[in-house]
Amino acid sequence: MSDCISPSDQALAQRLVALTEAGLPLVEDPWAWLAGELGLEVDETLALLQRLQAAGAIRRIAAVPNHYRLGYRHNGMTVWDVDDAEIERLGALIGAQPFVSHCYRRPRREGWSYNLFAMVHGRDAAAIEAYRNQIRALLGKACHGDEMLVSSRILKKTGLRIGALQRSA
Amino acid sequence: MDEFDRALINRLQHGLPLVRQPWEALAEELGSMSETLRARVQALLDDGVLTRFGPMFDIERLGGAFTLAALAVPEARFDEVAAQLAAMPEVAHNYRREHPWNMWFVLGCATPQGIAETVARIEARTGLAVLNLPKEETYHVGLHFPV
Repeated sequence: MSDCISPSDQALAQRLVALTEAGLPLVEDPWAWLAGELGLEVDETLALLQRLQAAGAIRRIAAVPNHYRLGYRHNGMTVWDVDDAEIERLGALIGAQPFVSHCYRRPRREGWSYNLFAMVHGRDAAAIEAYRNQIRALLGKACHGDEMLVSSRILKKTGLRIGALQRSA
Repeated sequence: MDEFDRALINRLQHGLPLVRQPWEALAEELGSMSETLRARVQALLDDGVLTRFGPMFDIERLGGAFTLAALAVPEARFDEVAAQLAAMPEVAHNYRREHPWNMWFVLGCATPQGIAETVARIEARTGLAVLNLPKEETYHVGLHFPV
């Protein structure tokens, strides 16, 4: 994965975000549709998408399921106090577990000792508790404490919108 | 939802191939027709089983600054503070979680300074200390829900 995105690709990517905010039209040739909107040739558009995906700016062009509708009604944010010397290795190991959707290192703060965050999803409360126990077993003695914060209410859910970000700048 | 829908949902969570005729390629892989696939995806979107089909951006790579933050809100003020955050465009997601830090939200701004200013504004408006936990390392991102 390259970290390099040229300024012109950055500008095109921002237009892509705006164009596809509601999704990609389900047409036979979506790249031709995007090309028309961007004022590029189809091959240039496909190459742009390939570069952005290689650079990690586009993760994938994919379907996002409503996980509640698929039966995944439970999620837990598990947080762990992991030895700093071990966290790179263990963070990668926890992130590779199939039941972990997001895994990050975050700073400790006064009164907050947890530096590893792993989000788990399951079809019932017992499933996410079992996942938490699996993580605990994988971390072993490098972990000095943990909690699982279960969400009980969605208070606000909007995507991160570049338009909103620019307005707030 | 039938077996074909399940196979389609599982496959489409991994992404459309970036080839010249992506739906043709997918139809060949799943033993179907391009038109049939697209009609099924539309039906799953209409039905609400899928919430979106399209490019998933790592918005941080396109500029901007983000953080995960939390507040410990007294129960009596919980709804009032939730409404204050809901009105702020910098607040993307906000969840109640069962913990002394009971309100967890993501902030997105154009610049790191914007994050600092927003945190300060939330503290001034609510009178509560913000636990600000920007990510230092990403080990994994990828929601995949097998059906």
